[in-house]
Amino acid sequence: MSFELFLQYLTNGISLGSLYALIAIGYTMVYGILKLINFAHGEIFMMSLYFGFYGVSVFSMPWYISFIVAIGMTALLGMMVERAAYKPLRESPRITIMVSAIGVSFFLQNLAIVLFGGRPKAFPNVRLLTEVMQIGSVSFQRLTMIIPIVTVVLLFALLYLVNNTKTGMAMRAVSKDHETARLMGVDVNRTITITFGIGSILAAIGGIMWGAKFPQIAPFMGVMPGLKCFIAAVVGGIGNITGAIIGGFILGIGEIMLIAFLPNLTGYRDAFAFILLIAILLFRPTGIMGEKISEKV
Amino acid sequence: MKKYLSIFMVMLLVLSIGLVGCSSQAPADTPAEENGEEATEPSADDDVIRIGVFQPITGANAAGGELEVEGVRLANELYPEVLGKKVELVIVDNRSDVQEAASAANRLIERDKVSAIIGSWGSGFSMAAGDAVRDNQIPAVAASATNPLVTQGNDYYFRVCFIDPFQGVVMANYAYNNLGARKAAIVREISNDYAVGLARFFEDAFIELTGDPDSVVAIADYQTGDQDFTSQLLNVNAQNPDVIFAPGNFTESALVIRQAKEQGIDIPFIGGDTWETPEFIEIGQEHVEGIVFSTFFTSETPITSESETFLAEYRKRYNREPAAVTALGYDAYILILDAIERAGVVDSVKIRDEIAKTQGFEGAAGIISLDENGDAVKSAVIKTVTDGKFIYMDTIEPF
Amino acid sequence: MKIRNTILTLVSIALLAAFIWYADSNFDSYKIRILNLCAIYTILALSMNLINGFTGLLSLGHAGFMAVGAYTTALLTMSETAKQQNFFLKPIVAPLATITLPFLPALLIGGVLSAFVAFLIGAPTLRLRGDYLAIATLGFSEIIRIVFTNTQNITNGPLGLKSIPNNTNLWWTFGLALVTLILIKSLIDSSYGKALKAIREDEVAAESMGINLFQHKLIAFIIGAFFAAIGGGLLGSLIGAINPIMFRFILTFNVLLIVVMGGMGSITGSVISAFAVTAGLEYLRVLDESINLGFVTIKGIPGLRMVVFAGLLMVVVIFFKNGLMGTKEFSWDKLINFFTSKKRFKKKEVGQ
Repeated sequence: MSFELFLQYLTNGISLGSLYALIAIGYTMVYGILKLINFAHGEIFMMSLYFGFYGVSVFSMPWYISFIVAIGMTALLGMMVERAAYKPLRESPRITIMVSAIGVSFFLQNLAIVLFGGRPKAFPNVRLLTEVMQIGSVSFQRLTMIIPIVTVVLLFALLYLVNNTKTGMAMRAVSKDHETARLMGVDVNRTITITFGIGSILAAIGGIMWGAKFPQIAPFMGVMPGLKCFIAAVVGGIGNITGAIIGGFILGIGEIMLIAFLPNLTGYRDAFAFILLIAILLFRPTGIMGEKISEKV
Repeated sequence: MKKYLSIFMVMLLVLSIGLVGCSSQAPADTPAEENGEEATEPSADDDVIRIGVFQPITGANAAGGELEVEGVRLANELYPEVLGKKVELVIVDNRSDVQEAASAANRLIERDKVSAIIGSWGSGFSMAAGDAVRDNQIPAVAASATNPLVTQGNDYYFRVCFIDPFQGVVMANYAYNNLGARKAAIVREISNDYAVGLARFFEDAFIELTGDPDSVVAIADYQTGDQDFTSQLLNVNAQNPDVIFAPGNFTESALVIRQAKEQGIDIPFIGGDTWETPEFIEIGQEHVEGIVFSTFFTSETPITSESETFLAEYRKRYNREPAAVTALGYDAYILILDAIERAGVVDSVKIRDEIAKTQGFEGAAGIISLDENGDAVKSAVIKTVTDGKFIYMDTIEPF
Repeated sequence: MKIRNTILTLVSIALLAAFIWYADSNFDSYKIRILNLCAIYTILALSMNLINGFTGLLSLGHAGFMAVGAYTTALLTMSETAKQQNFFLKPIVAPLATITLPFLPALLIGGVLSAFVAFLIGAPTLRLRGDYLAIATLGFSEIIRIVFTNTQNITNGPLGLKSIPNNTNLWWTFGLALVTLILIKSLIDSSYGKALKAIREDEVAAESMGINLFQHKLIAFIIGAFFAAIGGGLLGSLIGAINPIMFRFILTFNVLLIVVMGGMGSITGSVISAFAVTAGLEYLRVLDESINLGFVTIKGIPGLRMVVFAGLLMVVVIFFKNGLMGTKEFSWDKLINFFTSKKRFKKKEVGQ
């Protein structure tokens, strides 16, 4: 393999990885606080794409306004999902919450079919983002540059939010112990709702970037990205924002490189993510960046 | 809390009902009202002939089902009667699920007492219904299921489209003769029977044409629903093929081609009939310009007089160009109607015999002659994309 | 009392047999198919309940085990010519091409194979807890599907298999459902089953009581996988055609839904729920069709059925956290007490 070709693979890997990373942050935020896999994250991501699509195509808004509206609506949807499906189950066994989470994702998928139809739609093409650039022999979309920047900016914004603001402090308190946090005067439910809102905003930003890069939307499109980004979050150490980004890059670059070096395994590409997940769970269950947490019984 | 939740649920339901009521294309549904009316309560009266349609209307393959149903409904609207009796469509959803498909077919037969069945998009779903139609002796006509297994060994299953081997050979010929390709690569959707079958027939035909067993230099796979294909494409490109054959679902295929062009891969792409949907161009944008594929039918040069009727009526109702599978859904319906007329009685076994005898039948998507397996032998059309439109190139007669 | 209950149980089984005998010859094939599906889903729900409900492991790998069972049963029962027809793209591997077995041995081999796969999967992953286990088993189920898609010379890949002999009938499905019911019931009532429940309630406490957590979990997992494969084999043979896409996550979800609705940890609940959900889903088709109220026709909305269904599930999960039965079980004593105190209704399902 020539060096130029390798660079091209690597660029593609980074491009894909930064998308995974962006969505994985949302997973990790929610998990960090609720210790709950938000199975519906992939569906919230899917809905954000539809919101963006309808903003541009039906209400003929300019794309940037439409995307901002879509992000807002997705945040609302995320908070609504939390209120409806997770809040009533706060004290229930984990397994029930998990079933509820799967139920929500199933509900949203089917709702999307009824609302938007099963036919895939083309996401609006934003020339500004998708234009192809060339450096040496490596060619890529402008997005490939933009997504990592967005990811890093969001990373710092979130770290600031979590570490330096009152809301962030409340979030950290809730993630340690609901009961104690409540006793200390933290409004637990409000904090969790805000976390869901932020998680959904991240899903929406990730969704819009995803839509610009892979301009195809369908009701079931959230499933695979949802699973893969969850895996990215686990690989990086779930609950850890920096870890989610590292996990995203590992998964994205790993997928691309696996195919690059073992072309015969192309049919098994999706299995790679799951094998990585299982390997991580077995050998380093807390992930790369995860701190050792004792299981709450 | 419970109050909030119930309000939320009710709102969602009302919203969904309201939105769908407004958004679903009115033309498609106006005629259906009459048809659906009695669907829940099959009456025994003899003035009505029921034709069952089972399609993936929801689930992962809803797009295909929707397009086919459009065609069937249009045909029913234009030809609502046969033998002086009203024809009623009973449309059921198979949820893109094999088990549901089998149940749906059974339900049509037992509960709705249909005389014939149309469907389903997706060979897997059609195959699942195979046992039910054979055991109950109800003829079924698949519109666009191209997997040879659908009709094989089943006297009651027919189809109005050609099967994969023919299409594979057509595209191999095109690559070899028109593009002058001597080395080809294949990028296929591994979880799709259609794509895998087509890829195989293309490979065989191409190797036979070149006489070189190594002329297919690379085969890369992807799964349905994948969105990033860059590494597969770079791998394929590294083998320097003259042409890339990429059979698969139109959304994934459009992304494959788009990503190839963005990676600076400038090898011609050729493919199969699934590409012919407006979304293929919308997703692929300028990147799909110049691709070539084989399909069943063209809207520019009507093949038969039936095509003209179909095109005119379709454009009037939907204000866009029909997809090939829509034309095939239309054909499946008129073929059954013709067979009923020829049989003279509404008897499913006699209808089956008449369908099997079909020769030179003029459908919207070409002239249909069924061979001994119940597969249509018909010409294929080669098309390309120019200026964001599908453009007719050539018609290939069956060998 | 004991004798009375045994007699009642035997009478119920006899009544069930009489019902099957009647249904077999008098019902149309659509109704029979639904009944078959109900019984198959009973097997699937019971097997999943053993893992998820009684042992408290959240496993989402059912579709994978069903795929193993369905493919093994299909490949072993199909005739040589049927296989030749099916494998027209790539020939099937040598020993499989010629083997044709009767239905029961094929089903059992499928079950054993699936149990073996469960052992391979379970050995590393059952040390994981809660959500992690769920995702890991889901991952394995997807891997099984991807492998089946890619191994064309064994499974025929994405083309799937057709002309699978339709061995499944009411006798098989109800018979095997009954066998599953009895086996799992006696397992649950044994000391082994009590250990499983102890693990569900409190792992640390169970361990300190001397229960080998890992070994118990693994055995429950393997038994569950065995019956899942039996259900898968029956399903394949009922439909007559299978392909890898059939075994997506949604299939696992359907079974999970039945278990949750019936009550995690209740055999009775699983049985009732399997019948109610399977038949109910068919009944809800009404929502997809147009409804004629005489004076006005409400247009059917395709897909609404599934939305309502998912909504119903959410309502059950949120408002009836323990499902229909919770962890309660049907027993003759309770039933008789119920009738002697206030006569109200009679249940159709035969509990034990």
